[in-house]
Amino acid sequence: MTADLAARRREFPALAAPVHGRRLAYLDSAATSLMPRAVIDAVARAAVQAPGSPNRGVHALAEAATVALDDARAVVAHGIGARPRDLVLTSGTTAAVNLVAQAWGRANVTTGDTIVVSELEHHSNLIPWQELCAERGARLAVAPVDDAGRIQLPALAARTKLVAVAHVSNVLGTIAPIAELAARVHAAGALLFVDGAQAVAHLPVDVAALGCDFYAFSAHKMYGPPGIGALWARGELLDAMAPWQTGGGMVTSVALSSAQFREPPHRFEAGTPNTPGAIGFAEATRFLAAVDRSDESRVHAALIDAITGAGGTIIGRPECAVVSFTLADIHPHDIATIADGEGVALRSGHHCAQPIHTRFGVAASARASIACYSGTDDVEQLARALARVREVFR
Amino acid sequence: MTPDELYQALIVEHDRAPHNCGPLPEATHSATIDNPLCGDVVTVRLVVLPDDTIARVAFEGRGCALSRAAASLMTTRVAGQPIAAATALADRFERFVAEPADAPIPDELGELAAFRGVRAFRSRRSCATLAFHALVTAVRGRE
Repeated sequence: MTADLAARRREFPALAAPVHGRRLAYLDSAATSLMPRAVIDAVARAAVQAPGSPNRGVHALAEAATVALDDARAVVAHGIGARPRDLVLTSGTTAAVNLVAQAWGRANVTTGDTIVVSELEHHSNLIPWQELCAERGARLAVAPVDDAGRIQLPALAARTKLVAVAHVSNVLGTIAPIAELAARVHAAGALLFVDGAQAVAHLPVDVAALGCDFYAFSAHKMYGPPGIGALWARGELLDAMAPWQTGGGMVTSVALSSAQFREPPHRFEAGTPNTPGAIGFAEATRFLAAVDRSDESRVHAALIDAITGAGGTIIGRPECAVVSFTLADIHPHDIATIADGEGVALRSGHHCAQPIHTRFGVAASARASIACYSGTDDVEQLARALARVREVFR
Repeated sequence: MTPDELYQALIVEHDRAPHNCGPLPEATHSATIDNPLCGDVVTVRLVVLPDDTIARVAFEGRGCALSRAAASLMTTRVAGQPIAAATALADRFERFVAEPADAPIPDELGELAAFRGVRAFRSRRSCATLAFHALVTAVRGRE
């Protein structure tokens, strides 16, 4: 382990506490990444320095919260190369998908239209589109994936309105060629929605360069706090969209019989905003911009070698961030519980993506995923844990 | 309680060679239950006599070692029992796995006490109780 990695790990307090008496090898960052001290402190500071309700009052504490929220939005937006007015703060990626399915979908999708999703989508980038199609009488078409886990986008039907794909698969760790997909989708007159939840911590994201129309992501998968995320959309799309939720903070004037709504992004942010979350999100964006990610591909490659070496079968051909696998006929929950006893945190189950497990002929898998604090020592600890799993179930 | 202690020898044995695992074509009652945690599924089938005795019981499905062992042990305990005794055992087991990890172990659980380790792992409770839920659903006739 390099001195740099040791120093970086000291920034993450959760890594210091032993698990079942062992050193923690946290290999579940794809579920949620740990927070560095800077983010934890920023969230705590928000309660002291920006405790008012933003965009609602003129007194000092409300003003502090308004400024802090504006500043936080700007930092997060700039992190993906976007304008702040095109970035809607949501409770996370799930809410961002639902926002688009409802605010854009209900107005633009009708009987006979088609929405395309890929076979590898997380349930949160699948079910909102299923529901929209059922409600609007539209067709949900599925882009299959090949054995490596690459999305095979079919020729798009004439009335395809939108294609929704994950930037990075949370099960397969494959990277979708977003710019290439965007060109094809736009040529067919449709829009491209990208679920960036698994990508933002691992790939540089510039929405202009990607060429997509919507990009959704969550703070808690990029070293930020849970409960906050964002939807970026091309400005003219947001301008044309009606609210999806209504209430306080998103109106210009209200009479008993009707209401006028604010401009984006506020039109899509009904209710008191999560100011501490937004401040933590901004701090996580700063952390991410500064952190050295150059070692991740080496650790990822080591993970693949270790799992293969332990007799595991890897699902697809992972390119970054995650490696999902099965081990003989041992159930993934049993793998993860025994590994937990060795201090290794793994995800087990279907990772909220049942259809792609079905595609690869398994009910569930175990998943190891990495972050900036992961090292080859974590991988070695995983290898020992998998040997222990073999012993228990030999 | 360490995760290793969860996997008592009895549990590993029943996972490896489960009792009453397979179809039961003459079943009078059956139920299939999913585990939302992982998509695992178990089907429990019963032959219930007119006097409400469970004459035969079998399970099928896919699941982890805990859920398979629990299903296997469940079948060995309820075969030949009146429905009321089977549902009472299901209820007792359900309460047992929700108790504190250091609570005394009730005698009536018998071999099911091998699941004492689950009390320290809340996320695995549903694995242990899956087959019992299917049993109760089946005897209530709600497929």
